[in-house]
Formats: sequence, structure tokens, C-alpha cells
Amino acid sequence: MRNKYSVFSLIKNALSYHENWQRAWKDPAPKKEYDAVIVGGGGHGLATAYYLAKKHNMNNIAVVEKGWIGGGNTGRNTTIIRSNYLWDASAGLYDHALKIWEGLSQELNYNVMFSQRGVMNLAHNLQDVRDLKRRTHANRLNGIDAVYLSTEEVKKFCPIINTSPDIRYPVLGGTLQRRAGTARHDAVAWGYARGADAMGVDIIQNCEVKGIKRNGDSVEGIETTKGFIKTKKVGVVAAGHSSVIANMAGLRLPLESKPLQALVSEPVKPIIDTVVMSNAVHAYVSQSDKGELVIGAGTDDYVSYTQKGSHHIVEGTLNAILELYPIFSRMRMLRQWGGIVDICPDASPILSKTSIKGLYFNCGWGTGGFKATPGSGDLFAHTIANDEPHKLNAAFNLNRFVSGDLVDEHGAAAVAH
Amino acid sequence: MFLINCPYCGERDQQEFKAGGEAHIERPKQPTELSDDEWAEYLFMRKNIKGVQFERWNHTHGCRKWFNMVRDTSNDEIKAIYKMGEKPPSQ
Repeated sequence: MRNKYSVFSLIKNALSYHENWQRAWKDPAPKKEYDAVIVGGGGHGLATAYYLAKKHNMNNIAVVEKGWIGGGNTGRNTTIIRSNYLWDASAGLYDHALKIWEGLSQELNYNVMFSQRGVMNLAHNLQDVRDLKRRTHANRLNGIDAVYLSTEEVKKFCPIINTSPDIRYPVLGGTLQRRAGTARHDAVAWGYARGADAMGVDIIQNCEVKGIKRNGDSVEGIETTKGFIKTKKVGVVAAGHSSVIANMAGLRLPLESKPLQALVSEPVKPIIDTVVMSNAVHAYVSQSDKGELVIGAGTDDYVSYTQKGSHHIVEGTLNAILELYPIFSRMRMLRQWGGIVDICPDASPILSKTSIKGLYFNCGWGTGGFKATPGSGDLFAHTIANDEPHKLNAAFNLNRFVSGDLVDEHGAAAVAH
Repeated sequence: MFLINCPYCGERDQQEFKAGGEAHIERPKQPTELSDDEWAEYLFMRKNIKGVQFERWNHTHGCRKWFNMVRDTSNDEIKAIYKMGEKPPSQ
């Protein structure tokens, strides 16, 4: 029986010096067979397992993770959540996720620290202004809250931005989505893991997939470092390593895996109470609850699985940050890291069946998958359980690269691909 | 970030170069005869290998010439560099 987190459980555990908290999830050995196996124990994979159990009554399932829960891109992103994408298909997908975020802490009985502090996207040239205005109109037609801000309004909303007209890339305006914001990324993985585990999902860590066994055009199971697991349905949610798993099954995906970097500063008192993103100068910044500035940089342009990026990418981002926020000039950076992101040619994800029966892929989220975690899990669970996509992820099928019906979101993806 | 030994200019900082993606993807000889599946394969599908990969690079801030590289994408170690039109070294 799973204990509920509440103020009473907090008091009770305080009395025993917090030494007797129940484990948030078990550490089972893999069974011989499952109804479905999710490959990848990040936020998206755990959310998929959670919704498979909760909404589709598939409780005899497992999540296999080669490292530890949330140790990949879930713990490496800059935690930004927004849904201000251009095309109808993306608006539907990302706003579905945003709506789930709004009630997620209550649903999971786990505080994911979702904070709707707003996300502002800046325009630095006339084309940016036109694109952002167009995107604002498109958002509003899709029922997504978005407003266009003048330079003065940008300054009012975030006073530390340098809006002087004589900087290299002056701020000519921006957009604001007030429902957007941030959440604590680790808590999202842990909350979903705890929720899935409570419904009987086996979460198997340190279990790397080594092969996918096929019988003709159907999946029969997976070879792992903890032995063979028989299953008819495999949902791969492996982010930067999606192509590695696809190659095991003899599939090719339209992905390239590249390092994306982020960094945090030393903690300081509250100075920026929103998220500011700038595509043109490639800089985005917010402040964590601990007080660190959380800064996102760009991707390297070559394929690499090294989870580290080039120094000049970080340097370019910090140049831009310093021009936009001169107040940060003496901040010291504490940590820098990279994550491997799987980038699609159209900067949109793939949530799809494949040519192999029982093999599903949820990948291609590129530089911005965290925001979609709950929606992605929900829709991917639907796709796996019914062997058919939900109408909200139907456009994000693999076949779009054959039909040409791409969902080009390079403009809204924030990090230029 | 690493050093690249451009076959025309010698060893330079990677920042001077632009990665051009997977190498040896042959342009279709009869484009009009290609099916949609074959076009998708040519245009979009990539091996995206974790390990030794053959790729194209351009020395954009140098001689601006294209060349091929064999690189281990799991540790960014460059195994070989050879000019366009040359046969890839056998592994």
C-alpha cells in the first residue's frame, strides 16, 4: 500500500527524523514476460507507463532504463514549459501537455513545482517581429494565451533586460505566454515513477537494451543486460539514443543526435521572475527556486553522443546573455553539462507506430521535449494500448517523411536546429 | 570541440568547420523514377550511428573545401580524414 504524501505524513516522519519514509518505487528484477515494455526511464517513458496503467488498465508492464530514473535528458534540460507553437498540430500537442501540467502535482500527489511564471520570447530584428506576431495570432486562433509586447512592455515585464536601441541585437518586441513557466524536472520523473510503481509497473534500472527480437514483422521481446524479456509491445522513448535502438530493429529514423548544453550560475537572490528566451541570439534564461540562473545554450552541429558540448557554444550564449542582461556581468557559473538530443528534420517529434508490429517510437523531441512530458506520455500510451494514434498525435507519425506532410516548427522550437 | 586536420590547410580548430552530415549518400541517378519511400530514405533517413561514422565536413572559415571524415561519435575521436572522391578507408 502506498502512503499518501500530506502535511500529516510530513509531521509523522519528522518525529522519526525522516528516517522511515517509504521507498517511492520498488527495485524489482525483471519478470519473464510483460504485456508491454517501455524502453527509457526518463520523464516521457515513465509518463507513458503511468498512463498505460492508469487509463488503459495495462498493469503488467515494465520500464527498462540503462542508467537511473531521470538521469538522462529529464535531469539535464532547462525545465521550460510552454505551448506557443505555430501549427495547429503542434498547438494541440503542446497545449494538451500544458493542461495536464496544470493539475499534475495534485494528480500525482507529488509536488512537481509547476510554476506558471510566464515565458517571453524576444524579437531582435524585423523578421523576428513579423514571425512572432504571426505566431501570436496563430496561437490565439488555437485558444492558446499569447500576447505581443512592445519593447516598453518587454522592459516593464522584465526590467533587467537591456532594451537600449544601440546594442548589437536590440529588443524590438516580444511575445508572452502567461500560462507557460517551469517545473522541477527531477520531481516529474520521480512523481511519475512513484505513480506508475503504485499501479504495479516494474521500474527496472541499470538495465540496458541490447537487442530487439523479431519474428518476421512482429516484436517478440527485448534482449537486455538483465536477460531476455518477452513482450509483444515495445515502446521506445530513448531520446538521443533512439537511432541506436532503431538500428537494433533494422529501422532507420530521420534523426540526428547532437549535444545540447545548459549551465547554471551560483545562486543569488530573486532577480528574474519569468523565463526569457531569445532565438536570434540563442540565449534563454530563468531562475531556479534555489536561486541559480538556468541558462540554455545551443547545439553543436555535428552528430555526437558524448554528453558534452563545445566551449564556443557556451561562450556565444553568454555573450548574448551579457548584452541583454548587463547586470549579470559578474555572475560566476557553477556547472555546465550536455545532453544528447534527437533532432528531426522538421523540428517536430515522432509519436508513431512503425513498420514492425508492436514496435512504437516516441522520439525526435530535439531541444524541447521536457514541456511535453505529460502529454507525450498520455498520447503515446494511447497509441501503444490501441495500436492507433490519438487524434492529437496522428500528425506526428513516421510516415510524414514519406508523404511530405511535415510539421515545420523550426521557428517555435526556440533553439535553432 | 576538437581539432580537425583539414586535408588542404592542416590542423585547425573545429569552430572553423561546418559538419555536413552523413557521407556517401548517393544522389539518385534517376530522380523521376524514385518512389516516395525512396525519396524519404534519401532525404531524411539517417544512420545516426553511435560509434564509427562516415561524414562530410566543410572548412567554411578556411579553404571552404569539402572533405570526408571517419569519426567515433561516442568519444569524438577522429579516425581518418580523406578527400572528396577518394575511397573511404576500410575499417
